[in-house]
Amino acid sequence: MNRKVFIGFVKKEFFHIFRDRRSMIILFGMPLVQILLFGFAITNEINNVSIAVLDKSKDVETQKIIHKIAASPYFEIEKVLHAESEIEPIFKSGKVKAVLIFESNFNKKIQTTSLAKVQVITDATEPNTANTITAYVNAILQNYSKEINHNAHSKYDIAIESQWRYNPELKSVYTFVPGVMTVILMLVSAMMTSISIAREKELGTMEILLVSPLKPILVILGKVFPYIFLSIINAIIIVGLGFFVFKMPINGSLFLLTLESILFIITALALGILISTISNSQQTAMMISLMGLMLPVIILSGFIFPISSMPLPMQIISNIIPAKWFISIVKAIMLKGVGIQFIWKETLILLFMTMIFMLLSMKKYKIRLE
Amino acid sequence: MGILVENISKKYQNTTAIQDISFEVNKGELFGLIGPDGAGKTTIFRIVTTLLIPNSGKVTVAGLDVVQQYKQIRNIVGYMPGKFSLYQDLTVEENLQFFATIFGTTISENYHLIKDIYTQIEPYKARRAGALSGGMKQKLALCCALIHKPKVLFLDEPTTGVDPVSRKEFWEMLKRLKQFGITILVSTPYMDEASLCDRIALIQKGKILKIDTPQRLIQNFSKIIWNIKSSNKYLLLEDLKAFEHKHSVFAFGDSMHFIAKTDLVSKKEIENYLKTKNHSDIEVNKIEPTIEDIFMDLS
Repeated sequence: MNRKVFIGFVKKEFFHIFRDRRSMIILFGMPLVQILLFGFAITNEINNVSIAVLDKSKDVETQKIIHKIAASPYFEIEKVLHAESEIEPIFKSGKVKAVLIFESNFNKKIQTTSLAKVQVITDATEPNTANTITAYVNAILQNYSKEINHNAHSKYDIAIESQWRYNPELKSVYTFVPGVMTVILMLVSAMMTSISIAREKELGTMEILLVSPLKPILVILGKVFPYIFLSIINAIIIVGLGFFVFKMPINGSLFLLTLESILFIITALALGILISTISNSQQTAMMISLMGLMLPVIILSGFIFPISSMPLPMQIISNIIPAKWFISIVKAIMLKGVGIQFIWKETLILLFMTMIFMLLSMKKYKIRLE
Repeated sequence: MGILVENISKKYQNTTAIQDISFEVNKGELFGLIGPDGAGKTTIFRIVTTLLIPNSGKVTVAGLDVVQQYKQIRNIVGYMPGKFSLYQDLTVEENLQFFATIFGTTISENYHLIKDIYTQIEPYKARRAGALSGGMKQKLALCCALIHKPKVLFLDEPTTGVDPVSRKEFWEMLKRLKQFGITILVSTPYMDEASLCDRIALIQKGKILKIDTPQRLIQNFSKIIWNIKSSNKYLLLEDLKAFEHKHSVFAFGDSMHFIAKTDLVSKKEIENYLKTKNHSDIEVNKIEPTIEDIFMDLS
């Protein structure tokens, strides 16, 4: 009998979801829009950035370097400058994002002191782009100096070599796929369930459900089941888009990724139930979900802003954000291809959080009206 | 065993919703709680349906305590809250199906109970509940509350916001339900519906004014009710309120119902008073009291 009741309840929930246009948009429109938005519009990569060059020595070496930079897909030399006074106007006109300046007697200095200077001036009104440009120029120059060292057979030359592992091209897709997946799962699972339970309270149907033989646990399971199902579909869509459209690799086990995703979905659902126990209207539930969950997920999880560069108090706070742990799990599985032995700590933390949320919401769940 | 309510009180923060309420509903009885909005009817319903715990007092439903044995009670009662509480985005049939399922039964099992009511809304069974008229909604809600053959049925203001024809039909259905031995507790702010109950409790400001059968309440009412009309309705009310012999007066349709302080005040006296106040077309008649008159007299 209980199984029949459960199926009946779940059926009702699916009717609610599929008949509400708003729910459908959040469920299926949102992941697509977010992934495509992050994928195509919001990106840290640079392509064909216009730069200017001021070459004060105009010798063989500088010509080689300039040629190398121009040949790369990242930069396009918009203008060759002849005096430092031209730098300021060209930045102000907005035509270039960076100016490269080679000091005079560049070649000679390399030959004699093995030290020559290149100055990179960037337009830091867009700090992210400026950073990336500097990094790219640096990379090209280092590459070049390595070549020179190689030819010179010099024993004592120390070349600094930096390597970007797991994401050598610094592709932003590698950070936004786990990030968007986390945001969407949080949104769908926590916000949608909390709203759907709050709706029963707001419309008064909760009163009838309470005055019925339905057990509270059955109401909750019936409420969350459809969202577990829909969240898994969402996760598949996001990972699929990342893999097929944006070529994000999945180096680790897909099975482990699925299990971890289900764990995170359950964490989010438990949070959603907890929110619904303290809100009596859909609007309250939505506000709490957005302010209390979405903002921390976006800001404190390491999705957009790196945790290591946050002030210490924020770094400590970020530890209680479940999304932080999930993002690092997803990155570890998809990019590093590691197994459970490397992410058991994060997994345990998520499990522990889920249990706390569940206990709290069971304690707070009301079998009567206020 | 029906419902037994003993000395219950309920406070919300600083306001007292109900105070020292006691009444008893016999098995198979149709009992009405009659009173205006804010009298405390919904609070009483929420206590007897196990949704609220009273601050003091004791309530049993079918012999079960509402605080200790709430789980058993929730199996055997049907409840229709004051606010329309079905799923608006589900169709008529889906709603009924859902409530049958959660009570572990099927529509066909207890169809005989709802047949009379359901046949009226069956033509619209594929329509979403939110798109039904007020009367239809209440009929559907009644079906949903009845589908599991409850022993006790709680209906909180089932006819509020319903057109007069549907209201009449609704009460006829309640009378028919009595043949199945279902105990019914119903509330209404409409005094004219009181006479349709077996017994009623008049409630105001959280207190019970009187409990009896509607017939006996009317029979035992000894005061004379004067039905008074004149050409100026507004002034008539004002002047009667200022009348030295006034006990109570209120507008009833297009006339005034007036009760004097003593029954010694004659028709002539009232007419003369109104003439001095320049009223014309004066009509003063003795009439049979209604429940509303009794209510106004008590409150």
